[in-house]
Amino acid sequence: MRNEIILLVLILALLIFEIFTKPNQKKHIINIAVGLFFIHTVIGFFPIGESSLFGGSFRTTGLIHFYKSVLNIGVLIILLQSADWLRNKVAHFNKIPEFFILLFSSLLGMNFMISSGDFLLFYLGLELSTLPLVALIAYDSFNQQSTEAGIKLILSAALASAISLFGIGMLYATGGSLYFEVIAQNLQSSNLAILGMVFFFSGLAFKISLAPFHFWTADVYEGAPIGIASYLSVISKGAAIFILMAILFSVLPILSEAWKLVVYILAITTMFTGNLFAIRQKNMKRYLAYSSIAQAGFMMMGIINAEELGVATVVYFVLVYVFSNLGAFGVVQAISSQTGKENMDDYTGLYRTNPKLALILLLSLFSLAGIPPLAGFFGKFFLYTAAASKGYYLLVFLAVVNVTISLYYYLLPVRVMFLRKSDDAIPYFKSKLMMRAGLVIAVLGIFVLGLYSPLYNYIVELSAGVL
Amino acid sequence: MIENVSIYELLTLTTILFFIGLYGFLTRKNLLTMLLSIELLLNASVINFVVINKYLYPDVLQGVYFSIFIIAVAAAETALAISIIINLYRLKTSVDVAETETMKY
Repeated sequence: MRNEIILLVLILALLIFEIFTKPNQKKHIINIAVGLFFIHTVIGFFPIGESSLFGGSFRTTGLIHFYKSVLNIGVLIILLQSADWLRNKVAHFNKIPEFFILLFSSLLGMNFMISSGDFLLFYLGLELSTLPLVALIAYDSFNQQSTEAGIKLILSAALASAISLFGIGMLYATGGSLYFEVIAQNLQSSNLAILGMVFFFSGLAFKISLAPFHFWTADVYEGAPIGIASYLSVISKGAAIFILMAILFSVLPILSEAWKLVVYILAITTMFTGNLFAIRQKNMKRYLAYSSIAQAGFMMMGIINAEELGVATVVYFVLVYVFSNLGAFGVVQAISSQTGKENMDDYTGLYRTNPKLALILLLSLFSLAGIPPLAGFFGKFFLYTAAASKGYYLLVFLAVVNVTISLYYYLLPVRVMFLRKSDDAIPYFKSKLMMRAGLVIAVLGIFVLGLYSPLYNYIVELSAGVL
Repeated sequence: MIENVSIYELLTLTTILFFIGLYGFLTRKNLLTMLLSIELLLNASVINFVVINKYLYPDVLQGVYFSIFIIAVAAAETALAISIIINLYRLKTSVDVAETETMKY
């Protein structure tokens, strides 16, 4: 509970700060909020014992606590990368505190969702994480695209949560309770239970943007401010995949025949849709949106394992994905907040004018594609072992085919940046300190995770005995 | 518990309600009516929870509590959606799906 309490205190402190400052002083909240959140992240690293509260509806284990730290680091990087944009591009300083308050509320919702021990807290966490996010996506209220993205997300998220609720109702009817532990004991495999599982699954699949449920993704990413788009792709997706995994593995193991089939089909469709649609994208945000859909398909390969190995590989992959994706989004953010350009063609000849940014984007894209010795390679490799150890060889084969496709489009921006010359390339600029810090953390993460193996062993250790 | 009404009839009602809402959401072109359809979907689940609670597990009030939370969250959701729709109307003077959409594929 420590994580949540500190976060709540942070939100309240920012609210009070908002009330008692004059409009022209509100810029200072950026430094204060980032500093406070840095302290929160550092405190989050201290270990915490296993416990459960409120009759088992809120629980903490070592793995959940570790996962919350991962989300904290991700949000810290996003805050560092967004600071420059907030300072220069937001028209009304009055709106700056709102950004932090809403973002932290959404993170609070995700923390509750991850540690939920019954469907009630799960639902509340899900909604608390979605609603502030919608407000953040429609943050730029004079920009039509931003507003349109907001309405698209809220309508599809509300539909998804309504379908999910109907499924939870069916699981309640067959399981006899809303508590995960009781459901796991009572649930019998029946048609109603399977239908409930499918409805529930599709609600979460919306959040993770698996293939038939992915249609909102690209539009919302394009319309949203870049910091929020990266939050959606990393934090929101990571939290949803964790709770999906926890519920499938420990609450619905009796239906594993049914949900393995669902996961199998969704993994294949998601990988192919994400990768094939990414090829034709010109806008960098849409491009990264489809790339993130494809990465979600890879994560499904760990879930199909349905054992502790699957948990460990997915958690490790999400950790790697946080750093790689935030590196890529960070470069897009840096260029966009400096020049306003977001298309891939604008990056022509970037290596000659801004070599460091080009290099960071190269490393992040290579890590997303899975080229050794970067961390992304090991993440994908462990996922293959997780799927192959249960005999899903066809799935692994299709995943390798997809990696080949993905290499093509991950190399497109690299070719544009490094091999092409252009007279009107983006001129040299120097990023602000916070932006540089955000990029450096992301790149360090990519290298350290790839080269320092005890971290993976630590995750395996944590995930032993979670089921 | 209602006399002479079995759980099957009530669950049939909620299922019909749910699919009317889903059909409305997928076919309507006006943002406000889409929002109304979502309310229909949510209300179907609310009735579902109450019915299951009352007929199958009357000892513990879990389903009833859950339904109260759903109603509260649905209100927040609607308020947020309507505020965004109003903002969209200011920018575009329309709440029709086809006219407000600029981003595709």
